[in-house]
Amino acid sequence: MLILVAFAVGEGALPIFSQEGFQFITGTDWNAVYGRESFGALPYIIGTLLSSAIAMAIGVPISLGIAIFVTEMAPHRISTPLSFVVELLAAVPSIIYGLWALFVFRFWIRDLIERPLYEHLSWIPFFDKTPFGLDIFTAGIVLSIMIIPIISSITREILRVVPNSQREAAYSLGATRWGTLRTAVFPYARSGILGASFLGLGRAIGETILVTMIIGNAIGPAAIPTTLFSQGQSLASLIANEFNEAASDLHLSALIGLGAILLLLSMVINIGARLMVSRMVKAVPGGRE
Amino acid sequence: MPAKETIKPVSEATGPMGESSPLKEISVRTVETTKRIDEPQRRSKVSIKGINAWFGSKQALKNINLEIEENAATAFMGPSGCGKTTLIRCLNRMHEMTPGAKANGQVILDGIDIYDKSIDPVVIKRRIGMVFQKPNPFPTMSIFDNVAAGLKLNGVKDKKLIKEIVEESLEGAGLWEEVKNELDKPGMGLSGGQQQRLCIARALAMQPEVLLMDEPTSALDPIASFKIEELVHQLKKHLTIIIVTHNMQQAARVADHAAFMYLGEMIEYGKTLQIFQYPKQELTEKFVSGKFG
Ligand SMILES: Nc1ncnc2c1ncn2[C@@H]1O[C@H](COP(=O)(O)OP(=O)(O)OP(=O)(O)O)[C@@H](O)[C@H]1O
Ligand SMILES: [Mg+2]
Repeated sequence: MLILVAFAVGEGALPIFSQEGFQFITGTDWNAVYGRESFGALPYIIGTLLSSAIAMAIGVPISLGIAIFVTEMAPHRISTPLSFVVELLAAVPSIIYGLWALFVFRFWIRDLIERPLYEHLSWIPFFDKTPFGLDIFTAGIVLSIMIIPIISSITREILRVVPNSQREAAYSLGATRWGTLRTAVFPYARSGILGASFLGLGRAIGETILVTMIIGNAIGPAAIPTTLFSQGQSLASLIANEFNEAASDLHLSALIGLGAILLLLSMVINIGARLMVSRMVKAVPGGRE
Repeated sequence: MPAKETIKPVSEATGPMGESSPLKEISVRTVETTKRIDEPQRRSKVSIKGINAWFGSKQALKNINLEIEENAATAFMGPSGCGKTTLIRCLNRMHEMTPGAKANGQVILDGIDIYDKSIDPVVIKRRIGMVFQKPNPFPTMSIFDNVAAGLKLNGVKDKKLIKEIVEESLEGAGLWEEVKNELDKPGMGLSGGQQQRLCIARALAMQPEVLLMDEPTSALDPIASFKIEELVHQLKKHLTIIIVTHNMQQAARVADHAAFMYLGEMIEYGKTLQIFQYPKQELTEKFVSGKFG
């Protein structure tokens, strides 16, 4: 199945790669006007990676915090409803997040986070742009909210399989709760947590609707984000934006080419995640109790 | 008998226990009292006074009273489910870490009640080491790091000192000769018996005064078990050992004192020989003669 898809995508992308060559990946132009066609995917690769990186930077620590709180600290009467709520968040369709972000949340981000950052820290290039609310930063934050339920629920399961005998080994050496986490729990769960994060990253990279609604949908060289508050574009969002109105066969092929890059990115990440998880299981013979 | 000074208390060398530890003064007293080696009745290291323990509403220990002699091995015996593990876990306040479990009573270590409100259970575990039924080395760590784990956890930074203590502890656990050339190999690569001795070395690195061992050989083959038993003989020269065992021959081989428990109660306690040859209680007699359990 996957091979069929990969094959179809590769075939569809063939014309653009033979036309633009490596330029398709490193180029920044995006011009669909007949006769002056020129397509480069770089801004969208950057947009995808940057928005996902922001999502990870925010989402992973919070997910870890939630998972640790639920498994290692909270009494049952708090942890059960909390994990239930977090899991419920995972069931919300991404378009709902998109709508909420578009009509409500982006103003919060703009007024409460972006403005202050801009006013006080605009000497840092990242923040040097009048914020507007529909930009890479907002997309990253909303993406992080979307991936937190996934990462935290997988991490929670991974922490649960860390055998109690490991925790007790650390406690018996006079470890505090934090020392036990650091010495016994994290090392044991390390690659599993990495794997969970990568699954989240895979989601963030491929997410389409949500990103299309809030990333700002810039095109061409303008879509190269010079600040976090720049309007950007991700691979997936550009495909969604233009697929219905592809002007020419080459344009269509370019969009499929974006799809090919996206597919490749997600595959690499997914395989990486799987390798890490399986390495964890192997590194710990008889680890499951 | 070698004097206690051969084990340098870590607390004095480096202060990993923290200078403000309420327990510090005690270690000084221990050194003094070891001079009375000629006394026939040696002093008690741990006094267990009226310990009760519960899992939820189920009472697992009922009013246990016991004196544990210093620098000797004491065995807890009894049929499965009688509360041996629970009792040993009450002695370093591990029991209460099980969700829903609680305990009350007193456990007096060198004159200080470890259940006193002013005592931090974390500090207690540094002085009372524990070895578990199943070897549980840290799987991602090397042999060296496993042994050093407790020191690092307690803030010892001095690399040279850590190295020294690791070597000493591995020697103390009778593992040094076997692993000295592969200290950076993973601890999980060792055999079961070696892993258990690694765990003993890990506990020894904290330089505990009491070592609790919960059926430390039940997961091992006879030869590996025998090595652990020999080790107990060595260690008890400087260390108070409490060992839970199912195996009566083992108790007879390693223990100076033996306690027989049944259904959460302490039935009989005495010198090992006495318990095996002249049990006072009928239940004990039945148990040691293999009539039940
Ligand atoms: N985590 C737990 N939750 C509830 N009850 C428990 C738990 N652990 C032990 N118990 C109960 O407490 C009692 C004492 O158990 P304990 O493990 O101390 O026995 P033991 O003498 O160590 O047995 P064994 O020789 O099988 O190891 C048993 O009745 C047991 O069912
Ligand atoms: Mg037991």
